[in-house]
Amino acid sequence: MNGQSPGPSDYPLLLWPQAASADAVQSDHLIWSFTLLTLVLTVPIFLSIAWFAFHFRAGKEAHRQYSDKRSRLLEVSWMLIPFLLTLGFFYWGAKLFDRHKHAPANALRIEAIGRQWMWKFQHPGGQAEINDLHVPTGQPILINMISQDVIHALYLPALRIQMETLPGRYTQLWFKADKPGVYRLYCSEYCGTDHSKMDGLLTIMTPTDYSNWLRRSGNSTSLASQGKMLFSSYGCAGCHDQGSVVRAPSLAGLFGSPVPLEAGGTLIAGDGYIRDKILYPDHNLIAGYKQVMPSFKGVVQEGDLVLLTAYIKSLPAPGAAGSTPGPEKTQ
Amino acid sequence: MSPSDLVLGRVSEGVREPHPGRTTIDREPDYLHDEHTLRSWLGSTDHKRIGILYLLSITFFFIIGACAAGLIRLSLVVPNGQIFSNDTYNKLFTIHGVVMVWFFLIPSIPATFGNFIMPIMIGAKDVAFPRLNRTSWYIFMTGAFFTLFTVVVGGVDTGWTFYAPFSTTFSNTWVVPALIGVIVVGFSSILTGLNFIVTIHTMRAPGMTWFRMPIFVWTMYATSLIFLLATPVITIALILLVMERAFHIGVFDPALGGDPVLFEHLFWFYSHPAVYIMVLPGMGVISEIVPAFAQKKLFGYRFVAYASIGLASLTFFVWGHHMFVNGESETSAVVFSVLSFAVAVPSAVKVYNWTATIYKGSLKLDTPMLYAMGYIGLFVVGGLTGLFLATLAVDEHVHDTYFVVAHFHYIMVGGTALAFLGGLHYWWPKFTGRMYPEALGRLSAFFIFIGFNTTFFPQFLLGYLGMPRRYHNYPPEFQLLNILSSAGSVVLALGYLFPMFYLTWSLRYGKRAPANPWNAKGLEWTTSSPPPKHNFETPPTVDFEPYDYIAREDRV
Ligand code: HEM
Ligand SMILES: [Cu+2]
Repeated sequence: MNGQSPGPSDYPLLLWPQAASADAVQSDHLIWSFTLLTLVLTVPIFLSIAWFAFHFRAGKEAHRQYSDKRSRLLEVSWMLIPFLLTLGFFYWGAKLFDRHKHAPANALRIEAIGRQWMWKFQHPGGQAEINDLHVPTGQPILINMISQDVIHALYLPALRIQMETLPGRYTQLWFKADKPGVYRLYCSEYCGTDHSKMDGLLTIMTPTDYSNWLRRSGNSTSLASQGKMLFSSYGCAGCHDQGSVVRAPSLAGLFGSPVPLEAGGTLIAGDGYIRDKILYPDHNLIAGYKQVMPSFKGVVQEGDLVLLTAYIKSLPAPGAAGSTPGPEKTQ
Repeated sequence: MSPSDLVLGRVSEGVREPHPGRTTIDREPDYLHDEHTLRSWLGSTDHKRIGILYLLSITFFFIIGACAAGLIRLSLVVPNGQIFSNDTYNKLFTIHGVVMVWFFLIPSIPATFGNFIMPIMIGAKDVAFPRLNRTSWYIFMTGAFFTLFTVVVGGVDTGWTFYAPFSTTFSNTWVVPALIGVIVVGFSSILTGLNFIVTIHTMRAPGMTWFRMPIFVWTMYATSLIFLLATPVITIALILLVMERAFHIGVFDPALGGDPVLFEHLFWFYSHPAVYIMVLPGMGVISEIVPAFAQKKLFGYRFVAYASIGLASLTFFVWGHHMFVNGESETSAVVFSVLSFAVAVPSAVKVYNWTATIYKGSLKLDTPMLYAMGYIGLFVVGGLTGLFLATLAVDEHVHDTYFVVAHFHYIMVGGTALAFLGGLHYWWPKFTGRMYPEALGRLSAFFIFIGFNTTFFPQFLLGYLGMPRRYHNYPPEFQLLNILSSAGSVVLALGYLFPMFYLTWSLRYGKRAPANPWNAKGLEWTTSSPPPKHNFETPPTVDFEPYDYIAREDRV
C-alpha cells in the first residue's frame, strides 16, 4: 500500500463508508430505505414468534381455540403486499443501475489494465500510474478496462461501484466524483496469490489540482501519439495509410462508425472490434476487402493494443470540419 | 414387489427365515442390532444404515471444513496477514469452501435424513434401489477423499468457484485432482436424486397420497429434481475445466480462444439451484419440527408443498444475478434481477406459515424447537439480504464483498446447519433409541445462535464499508469488526462441540427413547425407536392427514 500520502488508513475505525459522488449518496439512500422496509417486514414476525413462544407455552393457560377456516384474503395479502413493496426497490435499483451504464459522451477516458497483481491506469495525455488513480471532480470519468491474464474487478467503494475486468474483452465503468479526498480502490474478484494486495488509493482532486498533477507526472506524449508510433513500428501504416499499395480500409473516422461485413450486417467499431481485428483479422471480414492482414496475436501486448486503439480513435473522419489527423488533446 | 426387485432381480424379502436360537426375542432385532460387524455396515443396503454412514461422513467433513474456517478467522485477526502466507490463506479458504459446499452442505440433510427418515415417512421398507444407494455412498466417499488428498499433497487455491482462466491456466496448484473429486461426488448426487424420485413415486404405503406426504418428503422430492436436472451441468462444466487444464483446448481461456464468462454461466446455472439443494431440505426439517413442538397442524400445508416445488423450478431462472458486474447486458441484468425478486416470495410464504403454526399452539421449547426458531431468524436475514444483492445498484457496491459472505452464511450455515442440528436432535431418539440430555441441548442451541450472529453480522457491515471477500491483507480500519467476527467464531465453535460430545455420550448413557417421545405425528413415530430392520413390524396403511394434531380445546 502506498504509505506517503495521507489516506483513509488514518481513520483507525471506519463506521460509515465515505461517499465521494452524488450517485454514491443515491446508492446509500437506496440501501438504507431498503433496510428500513425489511425491518418493517420482519420485526413484527420476530416479535410475534417471541410473544407466541411465551404466551402459548405448553401448560400455560391461554386461549387456544381456533377454527380451521382460513382467511384466503390474509394469506394472499401477506404474500402480495411485501412482494409489491420490494418490487419498488427492484425498480429503484434498476433505475440507478441504468444510470451507471450510460456514460455521458464528454467523459474523460482513462485506460485501465489489470494483471496479477497490479493495476495500470493511463490518462489520455499518456500519464501512467500503477495501483493509484488520480481523477478530477466535476467531470464524468470513463474507465475503459481489460485484463491481461485472469478475471479481476475494479472496485471503488467510495463511489459504490465495481466492474470485472475480463481477459480478452473491454468493460467499462463511469462516475462523476464530487468530493476531493483519498479513498481506497481494490481488486474484488479473486485472482490468485496476491489478490488482497492488488489495491491502491483513489485520489479525487479539484480540476486545477488534477491538471497540476498531470503536469507534474510528466509524460508529455499522449496515448494517441504513442499509438501512432506503434502504428508505424508494427507496420500497420504500410497498408492502412493513404497511398499504400495494398488495398486496406482507411482507418480515419473508423472508431464508432458502422462497418459493413462480408457475411452481411454491420458492426460498430468500438474498442473491442479494433482489438479483435488486430489479433484475429480473419474474424468478421469486412465487405469488399480480401483478407490479407496478418494476426498480431502474441506480438502486440495488451498495453500496446490500448495505445493503437487510442491512435485509431483519434483519427477524425476525412472531411470532418477543421480537423487534422493527429494526437487528440488531453483535455 | 419393489422396483428394486424388478431391476436388480432380487427375490422378495417379504418372508424371512426364522432365526434359530432367537426365540426369546418377540420381534426382529432393530437395524442397529441386526449385525454388528464393520462388514455388515459397509456392505449394508439398508437405507437407515446408509443414512448413518452419511451422517458420520459429513460430520467428518464438517470438522475439516470448520478447522479451516477457524484458521481463516484466526488469520484475519490481524490486518497485515502475518499469520499465514498469502498462498496458504488462499488454500485455506478454498478448502473451507470446497469441503463445506460440496461435501457437507449439499449431501447433509438429503443424504442423512433423506435416507434415514424419508422412506419411513412414506411407509416404505427401503428406497427404490437399495444397492444403488450403497453405491452412491461409495462414490461420494471416493470423490471426497480424492479432493482431500489434494490438501495433503499441496492444496488448491482457486476458491470453491474454480473461475477460469485462473483455474485452467494460472493456478499452479492441484486443480485437476480437486476437480475430479467434485465431479465424482456429483454422480453421487445424481444417483441419490434419482433414487429418491423413484422411491417417492412408487413406494408410498397404501393411502399415502401426494397430499398426505409430510413436507419433508415434498422437499426431498424438490431437492431431488434439482440434483437430477442441475448436477449434470456442473459435471460438464468441470470436465471442460479439466480438459482445458490438461489439454489446453480453448473453452474458457481467451488466450486459447475461449470465453471466461461462459464458465461463470455454466457454474452458476448449477450453483444457484444448488443453494436450494441446501435450503429446501432445511425448510422441510423445520416444517416437521414446528408442528410437533407446537402440537398444531402445519399452517397452509398445501401452500408450503407447492412453494417447495415452485422454488425448485424458479431457482433455475436466476443464475444471472451472480453476474451483474461482469459485463452482462443491461437487459439481462434487469430480467435476472426481477426474477430473483420473484424467488423471494415463496420463501417468505414459508416463514409466515411457520409463525402462524405457532399461534395458538401448545409450545414446548425443547432443543429442536429452539434450533427451529433460530433457523427462522437467520433464514429471514439471509433471504432478505439476498434481495439486497438482487437489487442492481446495491449489488454494484456489495458484490464480492463481505456482505455476500455474510449473506450466504446466514442462508447456508444459518439455514442448513441449524436445520440439520434441529433435525438431528429431533430424530436422534429414532436413530439411536436414546434420548439426548435436554439441558445441554438447549445450551448448545443458545451458544450457536449467539456465536453465529456475533461471527456473521459484523460481516454485513464490513461488506457495506467496502471490504472485499477473499482478502488476506486488509486495511486497518476493518480490524475491529474482524476481531469481533473472530471472537464470535470461538463461541460458535463451542456451540458445535457440545452436541458432538453429548450426543456421543448419549449413545451409551442416554435415557432409552420411547417410539414417540415428542408426541409427534407421522409414520416414523409409529414404529419403534430405533426402527426394526424393515422399518415396520406390519406394513402401515395411511388413513390420516399429515400433521393431524388435534385442534386443542381452550386452555390446556
Ligand atoms: C435461499 C437460499 C440461498 C442461498 C443458499 C444462497 C447462497 C448464496 C451464495 C453461496 C452466494 C455467494 C456466491 C459467491 O460465491 O459469490 C450468494 C450470492 C447471491 N445471492 Fe444468494 N442465496 C440464497 C438465497 C438468495 C435469494 C432468495 C436471493 C434473491 C432473491 C439471492 C440472491 C443472491 C445474489 C444476487 C447473489 C450474488 C451476490 C454477489 O455475488 O454479489 N440469494 N447466494
Ligand atoms: Cu485481481
